Amino acid sequence: MQENNSVGIVAPQTAHFAAPLTLKSGAVLPQFDLVYETYGTLNANKSNAVLICHALSGTHHVAGKYSEEDKYPGWWDNLIGPNKPLDTNKFFVIGVNNLGGCHGSTGAASINPATAQPWGSQFPILTVEDWVTSQTLLADYLGIQQLAAVVGGSLGGMQALQWTIAYPERVRHALVIASAPNLTAQNMAFNEVARQAIITDPEFHGGDYYAHGVVPRRGLRIARMLGHITYLSDDAMGAKFGRKLKDTIKYSFDAEFEMESYLRYQGDKFAGEFDANTYLRMTRALDYFDPALEYSSDLSVALKKVTAQFLVVSFTSDWRFSPARSREIVKALLDNERTVSYAEVTAAHGHDAFLMPDPHYHAILRSYLKNIQVHNIQPNNIQVGSAT
Amino acid sequence: MSSTKQELGQEFRHDFAIIASWLPFGAKVLDLGCGDGALLQYLKASLEVRGYGVEKDDANWLACMSSGINVIQMDLEAGLSGFEDQSFDTVILSQTLQAVHNTEGIVREMLRVGREVIVTFPNFGYWRNRQQILTGNMPVSKSLPHQWFNTPNVHLCTINDFDQFCENGNITVKERLVLTDNKPVTFMPNLMGNLAMYRLENTQQK
Repeated sequence: MQENNSVGIVAPQTAHFAAPLTLKSGAVLPQFDLVYETYGTLNANKSNAVLICHALSGTHHVAGKYSEEDKYPGWWDNLIGPNKPLDTNKFFVIGVNNLGGCHGSTGAASINPATAQPWGSQFPILTVEDWVTSQTLLADYLGIQQLAAVVGGSLGGMQALQWTIAYPERVRHALVIASAPNLTAQNMAFNEVARQAIITDPEFHGGDYYAHGVVPRRGLRIARMLGHITYLSDDAMGAKFGRKLKDTIKYSFDAEFEMESYLRYQGDKFAGEFDANTYLRMTRALDYFDPALEYSSDLSVALKKVTAQFLVVSFTSDWRFSPARSREIVKALLDNERTVSYAEVTAAHGHDAFLMPDPHYHAILRSYLKNIQVHNIQPNNIQVGSAT
Repeated sequence: MSSTKQELGQEFRHDFAIIASWLPFGAKVLDLGCGDGALLQYLKASLEVRGYGVEKDDANWLACMSSGINVIQMDLEAGLSGFEDQSFDTVILSQTLQAVHNTEGIVREMLRVGREVIVTFPNFGYWRNRQQILTGNMPVSKSLPHQWFNTPNVHLCTINDFDQFCENGNITVKERLVLTDNKPVTFMPNLMGNLAMYRLENTQQK
């Protein structure tokens, strides 16, 4: 059955960019594709577009289903649709698969035009800055000069923040959810363990496993299992699994506890559908993101040119992107007298809470998004900041 | 009848008008424990203040957001570490003082963050409160609406108490106004006054 507030049946589209893109690392992508989906209708003066930036394993398929039979909708379907908090009757919503992704946008598994072989290990390392640059090219392609909002959770929130820093004139609102202005050493350490699991898998072949007809499934599986532990809180895992056994203790290393079965299931599922080279690059982009670095690590200085209005949201039980990290963003915005609201949602689910349909969390997003003006906007008339 | 009253369609609040009279036009204001944002809305409409509210309650947070007030969700008891020294023209604590635990710490934090501080609170020394205590009960009134067993108030004080607190703490009282039923009280304010309003600054600043 079709929910009556679903965006319904959707289809991805591909935008091809023929011009070379110079990346932050100095590497050049000669050409690339971005796969994206849109929901709702772009208004006449193109002032109602909202970009959704995805996190580590997200995709462009944010809402709706591909067919009536489709078992699961897009990954943020609970948020987006007619009369949902991000209301597609009002907004034109864009989901995009990040460059380097493995769901249709150009990535390591794509063919390198120079060699007619998969890019593999030769695919460049991308940064949050590069993603945002490529997203502005997609906005150009769609004829959108200025986004009404950029919305993202976790790594997606970093992209939303980067939009406001690098392209202040192109975004009016940023919704930065369960995110951080950079990763802590502990957070990066989890990424390093995940990457080591992949890189030391004998079937990784230095990243050129496509040519060998194999994938580093074991490594990817362990990386994902580790990730899942960090996305949940101790309490949430306790509530979900506790010490529950599937059967009786068998004095073996099989998945005897329900928690083990869950992790193995999640790991296997992920290893069967995600590209290891993408996983490596996504985690590296997380590690490298640090917009304050070139301003003596002073985030307030880094955000000086920001003009967008902000909603920052964190979750009390999120220890991977803790409320304290969101408060750093809020403080830097306050130091610059920017328009910002901050909500700290009491939630048990840890980092995963940002994807859950918690009523209060959704009420927060709904009330903020409701206040966003989409009419009578002059795209080039930016009021705040030092520029004229 | 003020035009702001008509615009907002709300009951006229004399204490809001007094707070507004203590602020310059376009002031940068931090309202601690801002509730549903009514004061900031009033100050925005009347003085175009650049305002932020601080509120911990979820329902109040949503009410602020719906009114277009910038609202930061945090617990005052943890201090104001997210705010730089002297970064606001005025920091306001409107009828919240009596409900905070770390009263002295919060007033100090307000004086650190704001060039000026406004504190208002229900005067426990008001004769109607004294009368109820004399008859043997904890006061319950329009300004102290809770019963003793469900009140959020933990640090009720009188005008005399607060005057002493400021004197001992090297806090200069720039102005003090006392109201009862929206009208100023000058005769025996600690007995006759229901709502106390203070305009404070650091003494050592001068």
